[in-house]
Amino acid sequence: MNSRELILGRVRRALADVPRDDPPYDQAVDRDYLREHGNLGVEETVGLLAENLADYRAIVHRCTDDELPALLAGILSAHGSASVVVPPGLPPAWLSAADITRVEDRAESTAYDLDEVDSVVTACALAIAETGTIVLDGGLDQGRRRITLVPDHHICVVRVPDQVVSSVPQAFERLDPARALTWISGPSATSDIELDRVEGVHGPRTLEVVLVSGAGLA
Amino acid sequence: MSGTYLGMPAFPKAAHEAVGNQTLRANLRHATHTIRGKRAKAVAEVSDWAELREAGKRIKDHTLRHLDRYLVQLEESVTAAGGVVHWAADADEANRIVIDLVRMTGESEVVKVKSMATQEIGLNEALEAEGIHAYETDLAELIVQLGKDRPSHILVPAIHRNRGEIRDIFRREMSEWGRPAPEGLTDTPAELAEAARLHLREKFLRAKVGVSGANFMVAETGTLVVVESEGNGRMCLTLPETLISVVGIEKIVPTWQDLEVFLQTLPRSSTAERMNPYTSTWTGTTDGDGPQTFHLVLIDNGRTDTLADEVGRQALRCIRCSACLNVCPVYERAGGHAYGSVYPGPIGAILSPQLRGTESEIDASLPYASSLCGACYEVCPVAIDIPEVLVHLRERVVQGGPATREGTKVVLKPAKGHAAERAAMRAARWAFSHPGALRTGQRLASRTRRFHPRTLPGPGRAWSDTRDLPAVPAEPFRDWWQRTHGGKDTTK
Repeated sequence: MNSRELILGRVRRALADVPRDDPPYDQAVDRDYLREHGNLGVEETVGLLAENLADYRAIVHRCTDDELPALLAGILSAHGSASVVVPPGLPPAWLSAADITRVEDRAESTAYDLDEVDSVVTACALAIAETGTIVLDGGLDQGRRRITLVPDHHICVVRVPDQVVSSVPQAFERLDPARALTWISGPSATSDIELDRVEGVHGPRTLEVVLVSGAGLA
Repeated sequence: MSGTYLGMPAFPKAAHEAVGNQTLRANLRHATHTIRGKRAKAVAEVSDWAELREAGKRIKDHTLRHLDRYLVQLEESVTAAGGVVHWAADADEANRIVIDLVRMTGESEVVKVKSMATQEIGLNEALEAEGIHAYETDLAELIVQLGKDRPSHILVPAIHRNRGEIRDIFRREMSEWGRPAPEGLTDTPAELAEAARLHLREKFLRAKVGVSGANFMVAETGTLVVVESEGNGRMCLTLPETLISVVGIEKIVPTWQDLEVFLQTLPRSSTAERMNPYTSTWTGTTDGDGPQTFHLVLIDNGRTDTLADEVGRQALRCIRCSACLNVCPVYERAGGHAYGSVYPGPIGAILSPQLRGTESEIDASLPYASSLCGACYEVCPVAIDIPEVLVHLRERVVQGGPATREGTKVVLKPAKGHAAERAAMRAARWAFSHPGALRTGQRLASRTRRFHPRTLPGPGRAWSDTRDLPAVPAEPFRDWWQRTHGGKDTTK
């Protein structure tokens, strides 16, 4: 007997006490927890996102569509970056004002190549206000998972309010499990030394989030 | 479980030694009290905590009660997404599978994400014996590995070390494993973290094989989830060409939606954060992004035996948040090493004796490593009634009785060393069912109370070494009742 059959056999014998009419999945779990906490308006939700991002030491910026290229150029220059990784589908206008070497996200580039790059700019799939989390799903404007990991400086652009959800349950409704997802809440951190939180271990040590709203929105 | 812990003294002896270590007690007290306060605050932020906890409990219970079905479903969905599923009945088989998979890549080193399952099976030691170097990349695991030490906490394995000790370990050991510690390294946490970053980065960048565990596996989609803070997890999960995930069969949830519960309760319970810095999910392989070969090794290693125990089964709901350790008065004083297992604290006290059986001295002693105060149950995000299982396991140790070992039903003999306890219980049962004898005995005890020794003679001595014997009243309660109320209940 192979181990698969052995283990499944053990499981079935172990569960001899479970009756045949044990409640099925959809009746077994009460979901009377909340879909979101609080009843915030659109602008308040975006405000909460900004607050929670900052609480976990992300640097938060807000601007309109028109102001975005200048803001991104300013952030890159203030960080002293000489090069930036660009996902294949990033809107070209975003970096139109930046005087900086652009590095394409290519399959053949190695982790060592990425380690030489100063910054990365991406969009995101969505952001969660209650937890201060941005979620990347590998879309063309976000690129492969490694490009937001190896460079030490990540700038992530969130379209508000349409990419913002309030809560974790609302995020799961909108995300596709078939895609590889990366949830990011603040920069890399550790609490392994005397449970003191220290930012910046292996992931990017600086996370800047730009909340960009269409012209005419607050 | 891991050979690392063979020859561990039983809990009382190990705890006795640990309690005498002032540095350890101070480190632990500081750490557990810090996190305890923060956790309470993080939980209070969420108004529906009780409902989330109940949902988490029910999801896990339902999954365990139909585990065969969900395992088969998971296998199908992982395979459909491009992964390869392997099954391992015990630690040796799991290690053998991983060794063969690493060999097939032609590599002789792997980078590892912190994982309880691989510690449980002693994977690092098994790989080392075959000439394959396994590098732990979580900061705390690195401290433990460099210090040739053992983990003492589920979430923060180096919790027993303070910053000065960590600096000394880095200075002394880093050069043995790769990039040495920077000159003039001080003991500030930021500098220590930076030293670890530099030391590990060279390993991440060249790694071809990553080994991980998983916090959750979703049966309907085949998705695996790793929750972490530092980014070392993301490094190991996305930079190598081959990823091998070793996961206990109890880590399944049925649906994608179920994750919405646990990604709210796990971070708040473990690190007291609204959300941990990084969560990675992957479903098989993704073309051009991350490892192109993915293996999932499902391990039993005592889990089906635990599942067979209707009371103890609930221990398999555990999501390894470690909240129970941080509130436990016994853990706080004894430290994690005293539990003789990769699973310390209250959850370890019920998990280890079930995964490994209660035959060894350390495992027979673990159900007693508790004051039964119930704080662990209060904080558990999946409502495991740890005190209930502890009492159940104590009964098994003392009385023996039916249990399942390696899939076979066995009848355990009472453990050695509990003969006096059993004799006392038998005597008590007899006395309580013979009221005349009980009355006479109580009166006799009262009259001779001034002559009673402060410690017990014979086999009871060990017990009375650490406890005061209760004072015997001047008059038995029944006599007092008879005298003052004439045996009549005056409230009627």
